[in-house]
Amino acid sequence: MAEMTTKKNRFQNGKWKNYISYIVIIIFLAILIIINLTKGLGFSDKSTLPRIAFSCILAVSLNLVVGFLGELSLGHAGFMCVGAYLGCYTANVLRTSGNIPELVTIILSMLVAGVVAAVFGFIIGLPALRLKGDYLAIATLAFGEIVRCIFKNLPFFGGAMGMSTKLYDGNTLFIIAFITLLFVVFCCQNLINSKHGRAVVAIRDNEIAAKAMGINVTYYKLLIFMVAAFFAGMAGVLYGATIGTIRQETFSYNYSIEILVMVVLGGMGSINGSLIAAAVITWLNITLQSQLSGALAPVKSIVYALILIIIVVFSNAPAMKGFRESINPRNWRKKTEDAGKIKNDAAAWDRIPTKIRMDDPLSVDTRTTYADSPVPPDVVVKNRDELYVKEETGKEEE
Amino acid sequence: MAIAINGLSLGAIYALIALGYTMVYGIAKMLNFAHGDVIMVGAYIIYTMCTFTWNLGSMPIWLSSLISFVVAVAVCTILGIVIEKVAYKPLRGASPLAALITAIGVSYLLQGIAQLIWGADQRTISILDRLGTVSLGDVVIKWSAIITVVVGAIIMVCLVLFIKRTRTGRAMLAVSEDKGAAQMMGVNVNAIVSTTFAIGSGLATFASLFYLPITSVSPTLGAMPGIKAFAAAVIGGIGSIPGAMLGGVLLGVVEVVCNSISAVASYTTAIEFALLIIILLVRPIGLLGKKRRVKV
Repeated sequence: MAEMTTKKNRFQNGKWKNYISYIVIIIFLAILIIINLTKGLGFSDKSTLPRIAFSCILAVSLNLVVGFLGELSLGHAGFMCVGAYLGCYTANVLRTSGNIPELVTIILSMLVAGVVAAVFGFIIGLPALRLKGDYLAIATLAFGEIVRCIFKNLPFFGGAMGMSTKLYDGNTLFIIAFITLLFVVFCCQNLINSKHGRAVVAIRDNEIAAKAMGINVTYYKLLIFMVAAFFAGMAGVLYGATIGTIRQETFSYNYSIEILVMVVLGGMGSINGSLIAAAVITWLNITLQSQLSGALAPVKSIVYALILIIIVVFSNAPAMKGFRESINPRNWRKKTEDAGKIKNDAAAWDRIPTKIRMDDPLSVDTRTTYADSPVPPDVVVKNRDELYVKEETGKEEE
Repeated sequence: MAIAINGLSLGAIYALIALGYTMVYGIAKMLNFAHGDVIMVGAYIIYTMCTFTWNLGSMPIWLSSLISFVVAVAVCTILGIVIEKVAYKPLRGASPLAALITAIGVSYLLQGIAQLIWGADQRTISILDRLGTVSLGDVVIKWSAIITVVVGAIIMVCLVLFIKRTRTGRAMLAVSEDKGAAQMMGVNVNAIVSTTFAIGSGLATFASLFYLPITSVSPTLGAMPGIKAFAAAVIGGIGSIPGAMLGGVLLGVVEVVCNSISAVASYTTAIEFALLIIILLVRPIGLLGKKRRVKV
């Protein structure tokens, strides 16, 4: 009985959002399989779908570091590079060594890729214990470039020419990719909603306070870096299986930044957001690439860049705040609700700023908690601008 | 000797770029990823103007090259200000990550536009290389390297004097220290930020002129020196101007020395970035960075 009520509460508290991603992915996959069996997917779709899946894996795993741990990492492609090389190398070795079933090969190669990438994650997690913010960002970027440079010079991985691996059959590859994605999302959701996840979020919100509460910061930081690296390594294997040739140029810091763009546009600390943003951006990238080829190829990066700038300026600029709120459907309802209620209502607090992160999914400023802001409760805050102003004046008075 | 001069000249290039990074970081607290692409634009404009004016043939080559360079500096300065006004200024007050992403967007945009105008193929042009070489005893040194070192040193001295002695320079220091307080003291923050971007972009053009003898012009020209100069700025302590110079020279010398030893030449990039990580681990704020206390 008690269990039932907690379950009910979970859904009431908006936890259903945790399950919607599984449902959507499963339905999407099912539809794809049915289409493939009845009509047959086109060749371009078969290569696009796995790319969407491993982009989603990368975005979700980077979101663990950036969104939940709150550390800026620009070396995610480095982990992917490690995973791609070692995983595909393992797969190549297993294939030549005899008749091992293909399923075992792929699981084993992903496992190897993940474990080795996690070891690298441990190594890059160590500086993260000492470095903060932009300094950590450049250290991770440096790590990614080091990995790339080393793999470029290792002869048994093909050197500068790249390493070729077996291309998977398009009919099974997208199924494998989406099942892997499902596994990764499952792991991340459960990690975040567990005791460990709450500790990680506590470290993000205030490291010193978290330490004072007895949270082992070293352990959790390393854990998150390792888990994120593990998943990135798995994505690397999928990358190898989709593209066929692994070349180290792919894994430059530009790729890491592309993953970061997905995370930021999807909303830091939102797994569903990362999934949506990764899928949309990857699709956009591939479509632009195929539509604009030849002499028009540079137009692709111009269009992509403009979309990026416009989205970010539109969704983050303080000057755009009024406009953003006016088009947010949540606020229409809120306005009509607010209009009917008394102004100086102490309970007004509950309605206004607590869900700011949800209202404003592209806001990256998740560190501020509004619940304990010094604004007196008898002030009705209409929008975030006012809240910011009041918070700041409150701080200066101290 | 040749290695030392080459190292110093590469270091001076990195330092010039790193100054742009570090000044923008100090003032605007954001990583300007588009800085490397300003170098690329500068290089293309120098290239285009030089080939154009040389073909006219009515002026001596040194004069037309000088005019091309001045035009490039002007264009890049204006470009820096425009980028700041269009892409970064609306995001002032938003999270630094948002500004980081628009900076990346601007970087892609500049690369795309350059590719659209000039195409993706690499072009070479010799401007400073025309000066030839000088031999001191056994060693042969390019004049371009010597000029880079000398001009780089002069620019840095001028910049330090500018920041310490002039009103604008001190206003920059004040803004980087505390934007709000500076504004209350009557500093025009918007103008100062624009000036910073203008100076950074102008310095980047010098870097592109000095970088031309080493490399060929292509739309991705700015990426690698940009990222290495960024590393140099961090090694020196980001936000610190002498730090950027020190970091740049250090990185340049290391790169040239590593490249000259055949056993490790192919690992040069890895060594440079490993150096960065090691320095950060020993001294997380960079060599000359200021320590900030963190309070709960």
